[in-house]
Amino acid sequence: MFQIRIHGRGGQGVVTAAEMLSIAAFLEGKDAQAFPSFGSERMGAPVVAFCRISEKEIRSREPILNPDAVIIQDKTVIESARAFDGIVDNGFVLINSPEDIETDLNNARVKCIGATEIALEQVGRPIPNAVLLGSFAALTGVIKIDSVIKAINTKFSGKIAEKNVKAAQVAYERTLGEV
Amino acid sequence: MLYQLEGSQAVARAIALCRPEVVCAYPITPQTHIVEGVGELVRSGQLENCQYLNVESEMAAISVAIGSEAAGVRSYTATSSQGLLYMMEAVYNASGLELPIVMTLGNRAIGAPLNIWNDHTDAMSARDAGWLMMFAENNQEAADLHIQAFKIAETVKCPIMVCMDGFILTHAYEKVDLPEQSEVDEFLPPYEPAFALNPKNPCAIGAMVPTTEFMEVRYLAHLRQLEAKTVIEKVGREFSARFKRNSGGLIRTYHTEGAETIIVAMGSVLGSIKDTVDDLNRASGCNKYGVMSVVSYRPFPDEQIREALRNAKRVIVVEKAFALGHGGILSREIELALKGLDIEIITVIAGLGGRVITKTMLSEVFQKPKDKLIFLGLREDVIRQEYKTVLDERRV
Repeated sequence: MFQIRIHGRGGQGVVTAAEMLSIAAFLEGKDAQAFPSFGSERMGAPVVAFCRISEKEIRSREPILNPDAVIIQDKTVIESARAFDGIVDNGFVLINSPEDIETDLNNARVKCIGATEIALEQVGRPIPNAVLLGSFAALTGVIKIDSVIKAINTKFSGKIAEKNVKAAQVAYERTLGEV
Repeated sequence: MLYQLEGSQAVARAIALCRPEVVCAYPITPQTHIVEGVGELVRSGQLENCQYLNVESEMAAISVAIGSEAAGVRSYTATSSQGLLYMMEAVYNASGLELPIVMTLGNRAIGAPLNIWNDHTDAMSARDAGWLMMFAENNQEAADLHIQAFKIAETVKCPIMVCMDGFILTHAYEKVDLPEQSEVDEFLPPYEPAFALNPKNPCAIGAMVPTTEFMEVRYLAHLRQLEAKTVIEKVGREFSARFKRNSGGLIRTYHTEGAETIIVAMGSVLGSIKDTVDDLNRASGCNKYGVMSVVSYRPFPDEQIREALRNAKRVIVVEKAFALGHGGILSREIELALKGLDIEIITVIAGLGGRVITKTMLSEVFQKPKDKLIFLGLREDVIRQEYKTVLDERRV
């Protein structure tokens, strides 16, 4: 079982990101479960969403307490949301930030990428979720970029889908080149 | 075919496969995405011959369903929490009039205090309203139960509530196998009402019943519920045979054979419970713990429950509702079903208002229940402080 926790703010597509991850995993024949942390959904409020990916049936419904990977869509929530809590040894941390961020994590693979900048450049909107999924595919290898692209196409259509796919690909290539 | 879907959307598609001719709903909070999904399927033409009505309240939603069902038309609605309470007067009418409406209840807490999250308090408020009530463990079962629900309800002429945990299931994406239209058509024939209102041949329903007959009407409704036990089992078996998976039925057991302790619960918490029980059994190297799911809560399958639990030493009932000033609701009913057997019964009230239930919490309480009545994860420091304030402020 591979468990992912996504932190961000309302309006950044945090819940959609978890859903797209689960769709990508499903398309690879795996069992996947995605769910939000069930706060009142308001623009700008801290949001958490979860995704579990497994070869076997997923039954547990508890929130993800020990993630294998944490995706930070908005670095301003890291402290208040205790975003790194419980992360497993040698887990992955993917942060939306154009500059590297110092963390006190000794035993995690941390990667920073300016996802909002890529989204603005490619999509014209500051929604970093699809970009981060592209980067996630490169960083972890848990899902393939092709599956991420298919998942994006189930959630968006037309020009927006095309642009998000391009943005995810850019992030994928850039991350591959850097890890 | 397999899909990765949000629970609400999976149910919306399952409903469309059942070809309802009237779907009515109040679309605003505390509604789930289900009726929005059905609305889209009607508008896109995927669900044909269906009139979709947006009404002004839940009271109107159930009333429209009563009207259309009385006119002999397969009808569906959905609600949650406060919405169900607002319907309540007509909820009793639907069962009293023997109208086989199917309604989804996306289980959520009841305020005040205002809380939008999951528990079973809403369902418990309708437990004596004469409806059949079934609880889904996951989104696959939620979809499957709806397909079975129309058949069960129309066979016994009784409305049915399919309960699925709000947020935990309604908002979760997971894999759901949805049957083809032709398969559902074979399983669920078109609705043929025994009676339907018709302007060409006017008559009244729901007329006043005097003291000399009212008890008989009630007793007949009771018999219908008892008969529903057989129908629910039969429809569940037919479903399994046709669709090759187990969904529905009255109860389900998991590793109960030889288990000393059996955990009893309803709804989505069963997933975490089964994982916890597997971990505990693996660690101890024997099958010490088992699980029993109550799928049909109304009718209450007391005989089947007694049979499934009779060899246990201890039964732990985990429930997401609570009768204030009394205790567990489901656990008290389980206790009655086990009357006379030497079995210790522990009540665990959990997850009220969406309080998180973790496997660690479950594991602890399964191994060492500290009391007969336990509130899982209750913040006792807060209780002590607040209760002191209550006592200090009391003017006696």
